[in-house]
Amino acid sequence: MKQLMLSLLGGAALLAAQTGANAQTLINGAGSTFDYPAFAKWFAAYAKVDPGVQFNYQSIGSGGGQHLLLNRTVDFGASDAYMTDQAMAGAPGKILHVPVVCGGVAIAYNLPGVPHLKLDGRTLANIFLGKITKWNDPAIAGQNPGVQLPAMPIIPVHRTEGSGTTWIFTGYLSSISPEWKSQVGHSVSVNWPSGVGLGAKGSEGVAGQVRQLPGAICYVELAYAIQTHMSYAAMKNAAGRYTLPTLEAVSAALSTAHVPPDFRFEFPNPPGPKVYPICGVSWVLVYQHPDDAKRAKGLVKFLRWAVTDGQKITPSLDYAPLPPNVQKQILAELDTITY
Amino acid sequence: MTAPNHRWRQFKNGLMQTVMLVCAVLAILPLVLVFYYLVDKGFSSLNWAFFTKLPAGPGETGGGMANAIVGTFVLLMLAPLVGVPVGVLGGVFLSEYGGRRLNWWIRFSADILNGVPSIVWGVVVYGLLVVALPAPFRGTVQSVDVAKHLVTVQSRTGARREFAVDAETRLNLNGKIPLASLRPGTGVLIWYHNHQATRVADSISAPGLWSSVVAAIIQWHNAISGFSALAGGLALGLMMIPLVMRTTEEVLQLVPHGYREAALALGIAQWRTTVQIVMRTALKGIVTGILLALARVAGETAPLLFTALGNRLWAHLTQPTAAIPLQVYIYAISPYDDWHRQAWAGALVLLLLVLVINIGVRFLTRDRLRGKV
Amino acid sequence: MALAIFVLVLLIGYELLHGSRLSLHQFGWRFLITRDWDVLNEKLGALTFIYGTLVTSAIALLIAVPISVGTAIYLTEVAPLRLRQPLVMFVELLAAIPSVVLGLWGLFVLVPFMRDHVDPSLEKLLGFLPLFKGPIYGIGFLSAGVILAIMIVPIITSVSREILRSVPGLQREAAYALGATRWEVTRIAVLSYAKKGLFGAVILGLGRALGETMAATMVIGNIPNISASLFAPGYTMASVLANEFTEAVSGLYLSALFEVGLALLGVTLVVNAFAQLLLKTFAGPTIKPQH
Repeated sequence: MKQLMLSLLGGAALLAAQTGANAQTLINGAGSTFDYPAFAKWFAAYAKVDPGVQFNYQSIGSGGGQHLLLNRTVDFGASDAYMTDQAMAGAPGKILHVPVVCGGVAIAYNLPGVPHLKLDGRTLANIFLGKITKWNDPAIAGQNPGVQLPAMPIIPVHRTEGSGTTWIFTGYLSSISPEWKSQVGHSVSVNWPSGVGLGAKGSEGVAGQVRQLPGAICYVELAYAIQTHMSYAAMKNAAGRYTLPTLEAVSAALSTAHVPPDFRFEFPNPPGPKVYPICGVSWVLVYQHPDDAKRAKGLVKFLRWAVTDGQKITPSLDYAPLPPNVQKQILAELDTITY
Repeated sequence: MTAPNHRWRQFKNGLMQTVMLVCAVLAILPLVLVFYYLVDKGFSSLNWAFFTKLPAGPGETGGGMANAIVGTFVLLMLAPLVGVPVGVLGGVFLSEYGGRRLNWWIRFSADILNGVPSIVWGVVVYGLLVVALPAPFRGTVQSVDVAKHLVTVQSRTGARREFAVDAETRLNLNGKIPLASLRPGTGVLIWYHNHQATRVADSISAPGLWSSVVAAIIQWHNAISGFSALAGGLALGLMMIPLVMRTTEEVLQLVPHGYREAALALGIAQWRTTVQIVMRTALKGIVTGILLALARVAGETAPLLFTALGNRLWAHLTQPTAAIPLQVYIYAISPYDDWHRQAWAGALVLLLLVLVINIGVRFLTRDRLRGKV
Repeated sequence: MALAIFVLVLLIGYELLHGSRLSLHQFGWRFLITRDWDVLNEKLGALTFIYGTLVTSAIALLIAVPISVGTAIYLTEVAPLRLRQPLVMFVELLAAIPSVVLGLWGLFVLVPFMRDHVDPSLEKLLGFLPLFKGPIYGIGFLSAGVILAIMIVPIITSVSREILRSVPGLQREAAYALGATRWEVTRIAVLSYAKKGLFGAVILGLGRALGETMAATMVIGNIPNISASLFAPGYTMASVLANEFTEAVSGLYLSALFEVGLALLGVTLVVNAFAQLLLKTFAGPTIKPQH
């Protein structure tokens, strides 16, 4: 008995010593699942640029990222919804929004035999409101002449946790449908219509659910749809054209946006014939005056890299690169961080 | 008894026996099916990379679960640190000491605790070890901003801090008074949580020994708080306590009473009898109980969700830590085929781990029964 | 050290009460009968989760009880002696399968099977009942109930088996002496004697089903929903905790989740206490639950 205990204690101590002997600077982050594919690529590439830092990123959702940053549990949060003045007032220090990626929210669906689909915003709203329940509904069929739509039930899948993707998606639908705006709202967590569809956790979860379920439809960052070879719909933009969330269409949407000095902006359903209507940027949230100088230094260095050189990597995941003038603006903002 | 009646009874007898047989087959069927699918889908993915590599990024192929495998073993080393001493000593108490009534209540509580949903243990440890405690800050009020609900306080050492004081804050400064009457120059003791004051008390005196100790404990707690292997280990350890306690008690009860009487008759003190005679005799049984409890908690996911949280890297004890069940869960609900493949492999490893402990224990106990009883 | 048990009980109670104080203050006990789960406007109630928990547990019991009791009878009264030990071991191994493993299996094997075969046949046969109407996703109350049933079969079986084994042999012999067939012996001498204990075993299984988290979360669909259809997706108390606890941003939302945990703890404590009392009065302290 005693021996068993001793060996257990010894083992635990050994492990503690072993894991404690890590000399790298570890930077903790948490939040958006929208960014996660980009971060994963960046961290791998950045290990060659600066081997002295290591990143630990938990993709728990934008709401969680904001929450943990406010609690100072992490060095940076990541969110695709900007923080409200009210939320920032409760913070223990000034929070900066650093845009890092811009992406399209794909409307991915699982409908065997239907690789291409066109939808407008009103139809999409009605699907997620539970008003359109069958795939062969006239509202869908009318926009897709010649497409054989099955009489399957539609299963809209949404996020269960606070999500920036939900924020972008509901921002778009609120700009289109007054009913959506009043009934469901525009936020990271919204009042989903009761009894409609399914919920799943994270971008990974909704995409996973849709892949499993014929008839399901979801909103998810484009990279997830492409990586998993799901079909996604062409959406009708403000100019009346149906567009897919290609790199060009997302970049075109971003170019219409007015970027304010604090970088808190959104551009639901932007004008222009080439734009994809459901796009958003995602921010890394950091304190302007962080506690830990060593980690802050490593983080700022990484962010400078991410918004410049890093932007050359992300297009391979179909995130639109930030325009050079915005990059310059961000670098100036990063200079204000003191540690 | 007429013949048709007899035949009818025989028929019913046969029918019901068949029904029972079908029940037994239905009960066992899921085990067979689950095992079949795990081996079918998981076995081919058990390669060198799976055991030695870190997870690959989302949508990328390859990588492994090395950190989750190590994480599970770390958790399984931490959990007994909590579960074994308390559980074993508690079991000894139940078997060797204690009054009838008291022991009845202890047993009853332990059995009920065994039924507490595992996710509730996660919530409890989240409140206990993950969330930082309100910390004390002592100093003199510098300024009060009533409109913004802010109070600036300077400590003796010169550190200045700003605290948010809102409606949820308890102001027991000489009874309940509004924030506006908090004057600059007043000595206060503020309990705060992320710059949010939770309680403001007046403090004229210098900190005493007791409050220094409390402050030190809180500081230590907050230094290790957060999602971590420690928190995960604690959650699993707490779950082990009632399990280990009941099995320990049971095996101690199996030790013949004569052993105890003989030892006591030789004038050996009761505690020595308990430790050197009773516990030594039942050692194998106690270890068996501990192993079974470990096997039970090894597969638990729910208590780790809010404590160990999961990680895609190697981790320190005080950081979020991966574990096989967490990784299986995350991979299972993901959209990636390669992650699904690894989820099956992880599940197979987890099941094998649990089954090996269980079957191993069965051989241990068979020996014990043959030798002793 | 044994008193640590009481400390643990107090600790659980304290943590959950402390965590849910905001919500208790804001919503009071109406929380338990409020249907809304509107995080945005902080109108929160647990009724949908309680409903989901009860419905899935009820389905689980309906399926698991006959199978478990039947298996227990087979193992003690019918099976050839040589077979009994290996069968008992199989049942115990089934109990050892981690719930996340069953959830994985449920998600990739059971759900498609239910969607393509079981649910459509049920709709065809019993579609006139509101229970079996509505769109079929495969994911929902019924699938969650089936997974829970698989999880509680081993517990109910092994406790029932111990109960049946504790029925005195004389009971059986007396019945055999009267010329009863084996089934009659089981029905008259064994089952009627063991009724109370078997009931305890079933309640114990219920306690486990109520609190089971991972396997249910993975196949139930995770939306707050009250629907007569068993094909519909829903949410249980344990799964809302699993999904939303770490992401809850506002104090009140987190506190409401603590209150869900408190309600879950309350229900399982009562159910387990009831089961333990039944088992203890049936056979003294010798029978302990198998976990």
